[in-house]
Amino acid sequence: MNFAELYRQLDESNKTGEKLSSLVDYFGQASDDDAAWAVFFLTGRRLPQPAPNKILRSWATEEAKIPDWLFEETYAWVGDLAETMSCILPTSTSSEKFSLSDWVKRIRRLRGMDESDQRAALNDLFDQIDERDRFPMMKLITGAMRVGVSQGLVVRALAKVSGLSNETIAHRLMGDWEPSADAYSRWIDPDTADADLSQPYPFALANPLEGDVAALGDANAFLAEWKWDGIRSQLIRRSGTTYLWSRGEERLDGKYPEIEASAADLSHDCVLDGEILGWKEDQPLPFADLQRRIGRKTIGKKLLLEVPVRFVAFDLLELDGVDWRSRSQQERRAKLEEVLGTEQGTFRISEQIHATSWSQLALLRETARERKAEGLMLKRLDSPYQVGRVRGHWWKWKIEPYTIDAVLIYAQRGHGRRAALYTDFTFALWDNGVLVPFAKAYSGLTDQELTEVDRFVRANTQEKFGPVRSVTPHIVMELAFENIQLSNRHKSGVAVRFPRIVRWRHDKTINDADRLEDLKRMISTR
Amino acid sequence: MQVTTPEMEPTPFRRDLLRLEPAGLYCPAGDFFVDPWRPVDTAILTHGHSDHARFGSKRYFAEASSESILRSRLGKEIDLAPKEYGERWKLGNAWVSLHPAGHLLGSAQIRIEVAGRVAVVSGDYKRQPDPTCVPFEVVPCDLFVTESTFGLPVFRWPSPESVFDSIHRWWRENQAAGRTSLLMAYALGKSQRLLAGLDASIGPICLHGAVHGPTQLYRNQGVSLPETFTVSQAAKDFDWSRCLVLAVPSAQGTPWLRRFGEVSTAMASGWMAIRGTRRRRAVDRGFVMSDHVDWPSLLQTVKETSATTVWVTHGFSNVVARYLREHGLSPGNTLDASPLETQFQGDAEDSEEISSSPEDETGS
Repeated sequence: MNFAELYRQLDESNKTGEKLSSLVDYFGQASDDDAAWAVFFLTGRRLPQPAPNKILRSWATEEAKIPDWLFEETYAWVGDLAETMSCILPTSTSSEKFSLSDWVKRIRRLRGMDESDQRAALNDLFDQIDERDRFPMMKLITGAMRVGVSQGLVVRALAKVSGLSNETIAHRLMGDWEPSADAYSRWIDPDTADADLSQPYPFALANPLEGDVAALGDANAFLAEWKWDGIRSQLIRRSGTTYLWSRGEERLDGKYPEIEASAADLSHDCVLDGEILGWKEDQPLPFADLQRRIGRKTIGKKLLLEVPVRFVAFDLLELDGVDWRSRSQQERRAKLEEVLGTEQGTFRISEQIHATSWSQLALLRETARERKAEGLMLKRLDSPYQVGRVRGHWWKWKIEPYTIDAVLIYAQRGHGRRAALYTDFTFALWDNGVLVPFAKAYSGLTDQELTEVDRFVRANTQEKFGPVRSVTPHIVMELAFENIQLSNRHKSGVAVRFPRIVRWRHDKTINDADRLEDLKRMISTR
Repeated sequence: MQVTTPEMEPTPFRRDLLRLEPAGLYCPAGDFFVDPWRPVDTAILTHGHSDHARFGSKRYFAEASSESILRSRLGKEIDLAPKEYGERWKLGNAWVSLHPAGHLLGSAQIRIEVAGRVAVVSGDYKRQPDPTCVPFEVVPCDLFVTESTFGLPVFRWPSPESVFDSIHRWWRENQAAGRTSLLMAYALGKSQRLLAGLDASIGPICLHGAVHGPTQLYRNQGVSLPETFTVSQAAKDFDWSRCLVLAVPSAQGTPWLRRFGEVSTAMASGWMAIRGTRRRRAVDRGFVMSDHVDWPSLLQTVKETSATTVWVTHGFSNVVARYLREHGLSPGNTLDASPLETQFQGDAEDSEEISSSPEDETGS
């Protein structure tokens, strides 16, 4: 089985068990080199794009001998650039199979060529491979793989192939590595005494709490903390060096110099799990402020002053070279307090909420919003630190979202599974008799409702702006969102966080929809 | 991106030959409609799918081998005059004849000739080989009315041989894994085409009730199809895992499937060529097989008819019409092409998604 065949199997299946066995089959027979690259792509990593999409599109369009507008129409309908391009290229008669590492070599060679050489090389590449392999190949070139495989599933497959534990594999796949035969043999090496100073641990993740909290049992068996909306991160202090990782396994080194400075003052080597938050006057800043620092390569003095940050630590994973993850939450928490104290430089320890009953906690949870928190975290005191999202150990108990009734005014085709339907919507609220767009929402409707809205959109299109259609205002939906703040980057003057559709309000006409001032009032009542 | 806007009126073309009326495509010279969507006096039908053959007209003409299909769908009592392919007859001042469309058994293109000018309404058609019906015949004309269900350049059908190879491989894999193979396709046309191509030596083939009916009609017309049975004919302890079950798409997710135990689901349709539509069907496998023309065959067919005017109906009509208009088919020859708003659905992307009743088998 080559990688393209694996990709097809993964793409076609919607059963986890089948996907797992496809992965195991593939890793079992692939060369170490190929296997390493497969892990690289399947865990969401990507090659630096060898050619800009613009060049790829114009190349494919010319090869297909179709006009630009027809490419655009087709792409808008298909919803996936790589797929559109692979389906319109002239048919090839070749059935040659290349190994994944060969593919990678060929794709990498494209980089740095001038455009005409690139075109020639692309033609070579796509003439020489089996037509059915084109789509995965194109996916590797354009970037995002998205084949419905989680990192956890790749970990499980490697664990099965190597006979090692999921935890060991997960840990080894963390951090920075170059895909190579060496890397692969390191991952499946039965000798588990490996050491890379920068390597983080897999993050423990919480499950959302739905239903009655009392079903969790005794409230005293849990540690309760505030749930913050910041950047989840792992701070590693080993042998005098600090490494800061985000949950997305991105190195954050250099972006939060004040945290690194405080880390240098720590009296122990340790690994801390926590949340980076914008922090001013002893309370957290809205996420949008912190966002100004995300993505900046260099942080200027002004920004450092305007959005100072804190590292709110809530767990201790390693101390003086010893892995603490198998110890209980209670033990780790006690040790964390011992190591960090309550406050040290930019470090804060996550406040423990003392309550003896669920009803007490429920009341406190109601105050989360005024404390700028998203709700509560509940962690079993006797639990070890888990790898990934294991049910029953960590729960996030969020406060009820804000909701508002809004009018659908624009629609755009979705991507992937929803490519043929108009499923990406823009919603508006009334402002002095005019509908002002304020949020985009994609999720929350059933497939049947989506089909229904799609039909409405097609039948009630007023204007087309490229892929976007303006729609006769008629449909009212209830939207939920987590947070709201004033914004001068938005036409409506407000920005909402994580908007999604709660339900289709068939019972409401557009005149019943809410007004922009209703939304703004939510800010002031926070 | 430039946006194509639909033109409300097709290019007028000898209005006594063919024009669009509220009830459908109308030939004034012969006073008849082709595939009308409202009851009329005289209707000539291209084929038996429900978006083309509608109930209530006083008099019908259709190709002889489609007669039993039409009577089973529109009623035994309809006034239907069967015609052979190539037979010419006169209605008013129009000469009419039927020619094979290759879409399904008895599917026809309607050739209409008035005062030396010829229009051909092709209905739904395909150019791929299909052992269950007479292959498409190119009919030279001045005005060609074409469908555009799959009128985008991403649609290029793989050869039926390679598709059947994949189906057979899938069937055998399922047998090895102890799973029943559930293949879903439209009841009329596609199902029989599949049946004709299946290798019955692999295992038994079971038909859903909605597939069994039309299949019997095909057999009565002398189309040779492998032996099949229906669920009610199976013994209680029947081993379904070696079996391929041919069912309508609406069977997916219904209790009817329980008897089969563990099932691998598949769908045979042109839409399976695209990942998004395939994934939305939530089937384990998608086989690309369509009874409509793909993009290259559509362009080829328009060219071969040497029509100077093309009306493009159901599907991507705006896109196809604009492409034909702007790019013609040979340099220097301009083609007058326009979209035509009809109520035909072809394999409308929705009809497949929505079809929830076993009766809904809109043309595939």
